[in-house]
Amino acid sequence: MSNRLINLENITKSYGSQMVLDDMNLYIRENEFLTLLGPSGCGKTTTLRIIGGFETPDKGRVIFDGADITNLPPHKRQLNTVFQKYALFTHMNIAENIAFGLKIKGKSKAYIDDKIKYALKLVNLDGYEKRMPDSLSGGQQQRIAIARAIVNEPKVLLLDEPLGALDLKLRQDMQYELIRLKNELGITFIYVTHDQEEALTMSDTIVVMNQGYIQQIGTPEMIYNEPENAFVADFIGDSNIIGSTMIQDELVEILGARFACVDKGFGNNKPVDVVIRPEDVELVKPEEGTIKGVVSHLIFKGVHYEMEVMANGFEWLVHSTSLFPVGTEVGIKVDPFNIQIMNKPESEDEEAAPIEE
Amino acid sequence: MKNKKLNSLMASPYLIWSIAFIIIPLLMVFYYGLTDKDGSFTFENITAITTPEHMKALGIALLLSLISTVICLLLAYPLAMILANMNGNKDRFIVLIFILPMWMNFLLRTLAWQTLLERSGVINQVLEFLHLPALEIINTPYAIILGMVYNFLPFMILPIYNVLNKIDRNVINAAKDLGANNVRTFLSITLPLSVPGIISGITMVFVPALTTFIISNLLGGSKILLIGNVIEQEFLQTSNWHLGSGLSMVLMLFIIISMIITAIFDKDGEGSAL
Repeated sequence: MSNRLINLENITKSYGSQMVLDDMNLYIRENEFLTLLGPSGCGKTTTLRIIGGFETPDKGRVIFDGADITNLPPHKRQLNTVFQKYALFTHMNIAENIAFGLKIKGKSKAYIDDKIKYALKLVNLDGYEKRMPDSLSGGQQQRIAIARAIVNEPKVLLLDEPLGALDLKLRQDMQYELIRLKNELGITFIYVTHDQEEALTMSDTIVVMNQGYIQQIGTPEMIYNEPENAFVADFIGDSNIIGSTMIQDELVEILGARFACVDKGFGNNKPVDVVIRPEDVELVKPEEGTIKGVVSHLIFKGVHYEMEVMANGFEWLVHSTSLFPVGTEVGIKVDPFNIQIMNKPESEDEEAAPIEE
Repeated sequence: MKNKKLNSLMASPYLIWSIAFIIIPLLMVFYYGLTDKDGSFTFENITAITTPEHMKALGIALLLSLISTVICLLLAYPLAMILANMNGNKDRFIVLIFILPMWMNFLLRTLAWQTLLERSGVINQVLEFLHLPALEIINTPYAIILGMVYNFLPFMILPIYNVLNKIDRNVINAAKDLGANNVRTFLSITLPLSVPGIISGITMVFVPALTTFIISNLLGGSKILLIGNVIEQEFLQTSNWHLGSGLSMVLMLFIIISMIITAIFDKDGEGSAL
C-alpha cells in the first residue's frame, strides 16, 4: 500500500471559460481502492478521464509507474476503464466482448478461451459466452463490462459510476462484489461516484471534490468523523453545521451555550464551524441538557426516528431510537468527542457550494 | 372498447387514402401488366423485359444507379462521421445545409444542372475564361450519374449520420481503452454498428435512382434510355399501358429485393428514421 503508482501533478483543465480542475495534486498508491466523490460538475469524472487518456490536461503531468503518460493515447495505457452504462459492443456476443482486448494484443486462442472462462467465473456468469449483451440485465451487463476490462490484467481499473444505473438492492450487492473482486485481483481501483454511501462502503481512501478542488482526502472513517470543512460534512451523511465561536481550547460556544469539546489550537474567541452528526445529539430531560428545545418534526425511518428539535434558533437534526413526540420539551447534550470543529472557509475557492439533492 | 373504436375512426382517413391512391392503382398496374389489349390474361408484358432493347435499358439503369449509390456512399460516410463527431448544435446546422437543396423542387434542381453543364453553359464559360478545356458531359452517362448523386446524396447522409450519432461515445472509448487504435476501432466497432444506416442509405438512393426518368431525360438527352424512360414512353407516348405496367412489375421486383435486404439488416428501423 505504500508505492505511489499514479501521480497527478498540478493538473489544470477547463472547458472554454469553465474551470473544471484547478492545479490538482493527487497520488494513488498501489493496490488501493480510491474513490473520487463529489456532486456532479465537481471534476471527478474529468480526473478519471485524464487518467484514462480520454482528456488531456491543459497543464500538469500524469505520472504512471514512474513514466510521464500525460500525452499517451488511451490504447497505449496499462489501465482499463469500466464505463457508465457499460458500453458493451452490442454487435458481439459476450465471449467476443471479453476477447476484444486480448485479440488486439495477439494472444493465442487457447489463452483467450481460458481467460474468458476465468473472467466469467470471477463475475459469476459462467456459461454466458454465446449470449448477446442486449439479452442480459443491467447488473449482468455491468459484470461483463468489468470482466472485459480485467482480462487484460491492467494495473489499475478505472470505474466511472459503474453502479449508477442499477437499482438499490443490486447496487448494494455489487458493492460487495467489487470489494471481493479487488481483493482477489490485487490491483488498484479508482472509482468515481456521487453516492457517499457507496464511497464509505468500498473505499480505502476517499477524495472528496467540489468545484474542481479537492476538499479532503482520507479514510472513510476520517472523512465521516472528522470532516475538514462544512462542504465535506454536509456532503457525507446528514449533519448539523452550526456557526460557532471557539472560546478557548476544548471549549466552544454553540448558539450561546458552552459545550466542552476535545479540539485545540484554533485560538481564543475565533469563529468556527461546528459539525455534530444527528446520531450524536442526545435528547435528555430539559433540565439535564446543555440547551433546551422543543421537538418540531418526527419521522419514523425504520432503524431510528428522525426528529427536528428547535433550540436557540437552530433546527437540530436528531437521530434517536427513543421516541419524543412533537411538542415535547427536551434537553440537548453532546459528548465532547462528537463535536467536530472546523475552520471557516478562508477564501472564495474553499467556499462550499450548495448541494443539489 | 370505446378507445378501439376511436382509434379505427381516426385511422380511417389514411385508410381511405391508401385504398384510393395506393391499393387501387397498384391493382390496376397488376391488371394491366397481366393482360393484353383485348383484356385476356398474358405474361407477355413481363417477359418483354428479355428483348435486347429492354434488357439494355434495365442494364444501364442498374449500372448507373449502382455507380451513383457507391459514389454517394463514399461521399456520405466520411461526411456523416465528421458531423457525428461534432459537438453541440454545429452538426445540426451543417446537416441542415446538406438537406437544404431538398427544399427546392426536384425538377428545378435537375434543370439547373442542365443549364450549368450545357456546352455553352456556366461551367464551360468559366473554364473557357480560365483557358481550360471544355467539359462535355451533358447528354452522357456521366451527367446522369452526377444528377443522381446530387439529388440523392442527402438520403445517404441522413441515415448514416443518424446511426453514427446514436453510437455511445463510451463504446468507442471502450474500444480504445482495450487497446484498439483508430483504424481498428473504426473497422471492428464503428463500421459494424453503422451497417443499418448504410443499408437504408443504399436503399434510399438505389431505388429512386433505378426508377428515375427525369434525370436521364434532362441530363442524358434522349440518347440514353434507362428502364424508367422506357416505361415512361410506354405510358405517355406509345400509350401501351399494358407493356408499361408489365415492365413496372419487373422493376418492382428489384425494389422488393432491395427492401427485403434492408429489412434483414435494419431490424430495429434505426437507419430509416429521418
